[in-house]
Amino acid sequence: MMITRSPRHDMMMIGVFALVVLTMPIWLAPFGAAYPDLLQKFVIFGIMAVGYNILFGLTGYLSFGHAAFLGVGSYSAVWMFKLFTMNVIPAVIIGTLMAGVFAVVIGYVCLRRSGIYFSILTLALAQMCYNLAYSVLTPITNGETGLQIRPTDPRIIDAMFLEPTERVPTTTLFGIDMTGYGGFYFCAVALIITFFISVRIFRSPFGLKLRAIKSNQNRLNYTGINTRPYLLIAFVISGMYAGLAGSLLAVTDPLAGAERMQWTASGEIVLMTILGGAGTLFGPILGAWIIKYFENIFSAFNDGRLHEIFSFLPDTLESIAVGISAQFVGEGWHLTLGLMFMLIVIFLPGGLIEGFNRIVARLRPGQARRRAPAVEEKEAS
Amino acid sequence: MDTVVLDVADVNKNFAGLQALSNVNLKIKEGKTHAVIGPNGAGKSTLLNVCVGRLQPDTGSVTFDGEIITGKKPYEINQAGVARVFQTPEIFADLSVEHNVMVAALAKRDGSFHPHAFRNLVSETAIHDEALAVLEDLGLKRMREMKAESLSRGDKRRLELAMCLIQHPRLLLLDEPTAGMSRHDTNQTIDVLKRIKERGMTKVIIEHDMHVVFSLADWITVLAQGAIIAEGPPEEIRGNPKVQEAYLGGAHE
Repeated sequence: MMITRSPRHDMMMIGVFALVVLTMPIWLAPFGAAYPDLLQKFVIFGIMAVGYNILFGLTGYLSFGHAAFLGVGSYSAVWMFKLFTMNVIPAVIIGTLMAGVFAVVIGYVCLRRSGIYFSILTLALAQMCYNLAYSVLTPITNGETGLQIRPTDPRIIDAMFLEPTERVPTTTLFGIDMTGYGGFYFCAVALIITFFISVRIFRSPFGLKLRAIKSNQNRLNYTGINTRPYLLIAFVISGMYAGLAGSLLAVTDPLAGAERMQWTASGEIVLMTILGGAGTLFGPILGAWIIKYFENIFSAFNDGRLHEIFSFLPDTLESIAVGISAQFVGEGWHLTLGLMFMLIVIFLPGGLIEGFNRIVARLRPGQARRRAPAVEEKEAS
Repeated sequence: MDTVVLDVADVNKNFAGLQALSNVNLKIKEGKTHAVIGPNGAGKSTLLNVCVGRLQPDTGSVTFDGEIITGKKPYEINQAGVARVFQTPEIFADLSVEHNVMVAALAKRDGSFHPHAFRNLVSETAIHDEALAVLEDLGLKRMREMKAESLSRGDKRRLELAMCLIQHPRLLLLDEPTAGMSRHDTNQTIDVLKRIKERGMTKVIIEHDMHVVFSLADWITVLAQGAIIAEGPPEEIRGNPKVQEAYLGGAHE
């Protein structure tokens, strides 16, 4: 599957990807998902998943602590807004770099072990960050209230150029408002750039060695390669991606809370990656989009909407149908997600992308075997 | 001519009361094929593990090319010029055959750490050509795009050998390179190893199959219960009554 592709093919692929991302407000409209708030989440968690995939997808090291980097990115970005300027560029740069610093420290400690011990170490350190944010570090994190922008913040750089106002200022990119569609396009450009970087890493000798680590670390050691620094670099890159995603969350909504760092948030990233297909280029992004779609759209379905859908049925059947399906929507969307996750892990260990590949492979040799690929198709759509 | 490449001196290794190696002394000479034989549990694999840094000896030292390598990490020992084929093939099962060999070639060219995160693998034409040449040499070229895990057992061993050969090691350690192979595959492997021998590569080979040992070895060391009981050229070992008793008598089919 991972046969070397020509750089031209890759550039075309990235071009198509860029087009798909930038036109999201159009093609997501029929799904009811084309509003800025959700679109921003799609691209931000896309970045998160792309970065996570560089670690988990390539090296196979399962980190349960990436939400910590997300949180670090958010807090750093909000502090940049508070202290210096509402311009998003410094916030994004510092957020990414701070997450990188944390990743170096946490990675250095955790990468002394592999397998389940590595996962547990990352989990422990991330939970430590989460608890510190609520306790000792409250002067920095503002505890449960979360870190917010106030009119009284110093904003040294802004104060030199702009008139002081009474209102809470919004984030800008040299005057362009970053809260609505402006924010979406800013994040979308970030996603396209980070995706490009990830494609380059996948195609490089570095990426090949990372995949070799996943495949057989022992062999790599006896082949003359010191695996530890490679792992650390992969870990730091993916940590910085998470920091970038965190600071972009702060860009689109300048408020940072510690709940972003909880282990469930880390778990969600793992789900995204596995759902879409770990180790594939598009899989993790697809996984992120599906989970965010479920979380925001599916969870908003209520009984009224279900009655509408099943209104073609006779009354008694309708109420039964609504009664059953109500368990799977609204508050119960986790149940749907869980079932979907189980089905995919059992039948498509390579994630949704594997499903697509199987369908394509079946369609390609013509009409030779037209056995309905029922299961895959349902899951893939 | 008689340069000593690998010098194992007074090595002892004890596993929880079991003396796996006791006072083993071994000198491997440049360009020779040195076979280590002995019954199961004689300490052959332990000896190899000590040489590549997987195990640390309790006492004694291993010197490679004039430099002490005991205490060094496996990747350092490989970079110094020692390559190893394992008893059960250790390959990158998820990667293509060609990529398996390319990883080894990159390790040889770039050293133990060199990221190259932004170079495209497609532009590594020299490495690719080298990989194809080695695969061709071992008869694996037409499988180059297959996933390594789908190779047959014999081909997996050959692939592992290819990964070692592309590094042009000064010393090649082979742990039962023909175990589990059919007679046909065994003979093919013997041919390959003979060809390598003609190029002057120094080899240590651990083997149960006497057919393989006597067709390749210049020198044979016999281990039994962790100690060397005999040493000499093949003809001498074949006639040695002590060896007959400890090993050959039972194993000769």
